[in-house]
Amino acid sequence: MAIATEEKVIKFEIHRQDDENSAPYFEEFEIPYRANMNVISALMEIRRNPFNKKGEKTTPVSWDMGCLEEVCGACSMVINGKPRQSCTALVDQLEQPIRLEPMKTFPVVRDLQVDRSRMFDSLKRVKAWIPIDGTYDLGPGPRMPEKKRQWAYELSKCMTCGVCLEACPNVNSKSDFIGPAPLSQVRLFNAHPTGAMNKNERLEAIMGDGGLSNCGNSQNCVEACPKGIPLTTSIAALNRDTNLQMFRNFFGSDKEV
Amino acid sequence: MAENREFYWRRLHSLLGVIPVGIFLIQHLVVNHFATRGEQAFNDAAHFMESLPFRIFLELFIIFIPLYFHAIYGVYIAFTAKNNTKRYGTLRNYMFMLQRISGVVTLIFVTWHVWETRIQAALGTEVNFGMMEEILANPWMVAFYILGIVSTTFHFANGLWSFMVSWGITVSARSQKISTYATLGVFIVLTVIGIRAILAFV
Repeated sequence: MAIATEEKVIKFEIHRQDDENSAPYFEEFEIPYRANMNVISALMEIRRNPFNKKGEKTTPVSWDMGCLEEVCGACSMVINGKPRQSCTALVDQLEQPIRLEPMKTFPVVRDLQVDRSRMFDSLKRVKAWIPIDGTYDLGPGPRMPEKKRQWAYELSKCMTCGVCLEACPNVNSKSDFIGPAPLSQVRLFNAHPTGAMNKNERLEAIMGDGGLSNCGNSQNCVEACPKGIPLTTSIAALNRDTNLQMFRNFFGSDKEV
Repeated sequence: MAENREFYWRRLHSLLGVIPVGIFLIQHLVVNHFATRGEQAFNDAAHFMESLPFRIFLELFIIFIPLYFHAIYGVYIAFTAKNNTKRYGTLRNYMFMLQRISGVVTLIFVTWHVWETRIQAALGTEVNFGMMEEILANPWMVAFYILGIVSTTFHFANGLWSFMVSWGITVSARSQKISTYATLGVFIVLTVIGIRAILAFV
C-alpha cells in the first residue's frame, strides 16, 4: 500500500527575515517524523539539513534558545498564532503545518530571533532589585514570613520571556507601555521586607509615562503567561499602591516610604 | 503635555468617566424616563432641569468639560490599542475592544445629540416632548438613538468595571469576576430605562 510506505513528515511554515530591515517571507519545510519532538528539535533538524519543502538549499533558520526547560524564556516565539516557548511546544500536540513566527512586538533580529532588550531596560527603569550595597556590613535584613515567601515565589517565576507583552493589545508600536512583566516585578520587590524600604521609588517609576496606567485591562497577559503568574492581580494591587502613593505625594507628609 | 504626567491624565480620565459623567448619564436617563408617564410629565421634568439656577455652569463643569476631556483623551487611548481578539478570544479581551468601539460610537452619538437638542435650544428652539417626537418620527433616528443608548450604557457599565480595577478597589480575580456580573446588571438596568424612554416618543 502506498500509504504504508510513504514516509511520515512534519510540515512547517516558518517566518524568514534576513536582517532587521529586510522584508519577511514564509518558507515551507518538511522534516522526517520522529516521535516526541519539540519545535526546537525540529528546528535543529532543519539546521542539520537546510533544504526547504521544494528541495532547494536554504539558510538554516535562526532562533534563540537557552535552558530548554521553560525557565529562561529565550526561545519564545509565535507558534500557530500563540506566543509561547518553543522548547515546551511538542510537535505531536500541534496542528500542522506548524506556523512559526517571531514575537513582532520586539525588533526582529533574524528569522525567529528577536531583541528583548526593552524588557531588561524596563526592569532597570522600575528598579527591579533590592539595594543592599553599602560601605559597611548592614547585618541581616528583616525576616520574611514563610507564607509570604511562598506567595512571592510565584511572582519570581517571571523569566522575562516577553509572551505577556506580545499578548497585550496596548504594547505596540503606537504606545510606549512597558507591559505587564516589569510591573509585576515591582510588586515582587515591594513585597520583600528589605525591598519595601525603597517601595516608593519603584511605585514612582511605574507612575511615569508608559507605565502602569497604560494597562487597559484586556487581561490577555494572565491568559498567556506560561508560568501562571497572576499578572492582572499584580496590576490591580499596584493600582491601589500607586493611587495611595499619588495621594501621599500630593496631600501627604514628608515621609517617603 | 509635560513629562511623566500620563499617570495623572489617565487617572483623571478614569475618574471623570464615572464622576461626574456617569452620574450625569444616570440622572439624564432617569429624567427621560418621565416620557413613559406622558407628554406633560416629561415637559415638566425637562422644564425643571432647564430652569435650575447657574444652569450654564452646571452644564459646563458637570457635563461638557469632563465629558469632552474624557471623550477626546479616550479616542487617543482607543487608537493606541492594537486589538487581538482573534488570538485571545476571552470575554475580557472582547470587552477591551468593545469598550473602545462603544467609546467612539458614543462620542459620535452624543455629539450629534447635543447638536440636535442643546445647541438647537441655545439657538432658540424649545426642547420638549414634541421635539423628540419629531426627531424620532424617522425610523432611522430611532435605530440611531437606540444604538447610541446601548453603546453609552455599555461603555458606562464596562467602564465602571475598569474604574474599580484602576482605582485598586477590585484587586483579586474573584472580586473582578463578581464585579463583571454586577456591572452587567448596571448595563441591563440602564439600557431598559433608556430604551423605554425612547420608545415612549415613538
